[in-house]
Amino acid sequence: MKVLVPVKRVIDYNVKVRVKADGSGVDLANVKMSMNPFDEIAVEEAIRLKEAGKAEEIVAVSIGVKQSQETLRTALAMGADRAILVVAADDVHTDIEPLAVAKILKAVIDEEQPGLVLAGKQAIDNDMNATGQMLAALTGWSQGTFASELDIDGDHATVTREVDGGLQTIKIKMPAIVTVDLRLNEPRYASLPNIMKAKKKPLDEKTAADYGVDTAPRLTVVSTAEPAARAAGVMVADVAELVAKLKDEAGVI
Amino acid sequence: MAVLLLAEINDGELALDQTAKAVSAATALGDVTVLACGATCADAAAEAGKIAGVSKVLCAEDAIYGHRLAEATADLIVSLAGDYSHIVAPATTDAKNILPRVAALLDAMVISDVTGVVDADTFERPIYAGNAIQTVKSGDEKKVITFRTAGFDAAGDGGSASVETIAAAGGNDLSEWVEDKVQESDRPDLTSAKIVVSGGRGVGSEESFAIIEALADKLGAAVGASRAAVDSGYAPNDWQVGQTGKVVAPDLYIACGISGAIQHLAGMKDSKVIVAINKDEEAPIFQVADYGLVADLFDAVPALTEAL
Repeated sequence: MKVLVPVKRVIDYNVKVRVKADGSGVDLANVKMSMNPFDEIAVEEAIRLKEAGKAEEIVAVSIGVKQSQETLRTALAMGADRAILVVAADDVHTDIEPLAVAKILKAVIDEEQPGLVLAGKQAIDNDMNATGQMLAALTGWSQGTFASELDIDGDHATVTREVDGGLQTIKIKMPAIVTVDLRLNEPRYASLPNIMKAKKKPLDEKTAADYGVDTAPRLTVVSTAEPAARAAGVMVADVAELVAKLKDEAGVI
Repeated sequence: MAVLLLAEINDGELALDQTAKAVSAATALGDVTVLACGATCADAAAEAGKIAGVSKVLCAEDAIYGHRLAEATADLIVSLAGDYSHIVAPATTDAKNILPRVAALLDAMVISDVTGVVDADTFERPIYAGNAIQTVKSGDEKKVITFRTAGFDAAGDGGSASVETIAAAGGNDLSEWVEDKVQESDRPDLTSAKIVVSGGRGVGSEESFAIIEALADKLGAAVGASRAAVDSGYAPNDWQVGQTGKVVAPDLYIACGISGAIQHLAGMKDSKVIVAINKDEEAPIFQVADYGLVADLFDAVPALTEAL
């Protein structure tokens, strides 16, 4: 089985995000970028499937600016076999919407014929939580979202999902789209020798036009603003003062 | 303008608070029809009809909608979509599973976690874990939206919408339900609780979470946890508050032993009053707290429980 893993280049999760003064977006110039943390978990799961003999080949795909090839090299260093970069934007501030990403991935699937797509459940930049579900719709495949456990058994997969009430286990027909949640695994770090080897692994470069997909956004960004700041609070000396404040000042207990 | 709103229903029971909050967000967009679906949902449909602002309820009762598997539920919604300009739901894990699938089938871009309605095409939503608020205008013919319920007041009762039974649309050979592992609890639901007491990495163990739970029970509160606490196995996943867990906005949020990572703040910084108890006075949680107490939580939390 071939496993397709879409990975996204996003602002590093430790970086404090700054909104641009003109309200046009978030400042991404000269900011540390990394692989979306959920996508790292997806790459790791694909590697574990390969190590367990359940997958033969792992293909990482990234859609965005040319610099996304760094993200793909990270996936290759972790253990993906080859990579496809789909250049769909010139400006690092252009975010390709999940619908367009899903359409490009559908075209990649038509070419590559994977048996499984493992994707992060959401990207930590636009927080849409949509690409996997949209891809499942376009392919007509089953979907197992927010996975914290995955077991592939022939033509079916058993997926345990993190849901509002706790955990839900479902059985889905393969081929399938599975989106991964935080507790599925702990991704490995790429070792230095593997980082060197990754430079020699194949990385194909394509464009959105190669797949005939229009990436024009459906959602026009009108403005981007800082969230309302909270008023400064006070420090209390002890529990007694805290209780007094909550009762008399805040009136919440 | 007409809105189709997917009611949140679990095992035949309407999640009234979340559904009513989504109704209040949706009434700004047009006439609201609620879709109730499930293996059993007649009671939930009747209850949804009593929410003020609901003009009609559609009830699709069929085994294939049991546990609301995305494939079957999305097909049902798409079969009904022709009559509506907006398809919306409260942003629960169910809706986040289903609505993007619906949107793609309708060739529309889903708009997730909406916190504000500007007009029928224009919406506010948080990005980057709530560190920025983006206003977006949709050019799609049909808008598919999930509402982050913490940002909206629940619509009241007093509605008297009629309930129309509709037939199931198609089958589902793609997925089947196996089991649910649901935490049984007498505590209020985390997303609708008036008070939430949360523990973080500082709590140190699953056993020690008992002091967090004791304080919560004294206050009639829900229990939450940071990602660090859930990852460490101190607390179950459905307690997680944050960017990728639940987003809460209670009247009072008490954070115990939580440092205040951006990802956690994203899930609770709209709470009315925030209390932070942490022994590290440099912890970022104090920057959003209304009341901060630098103390060992193992002393302060039991003392607080005692004092209330």
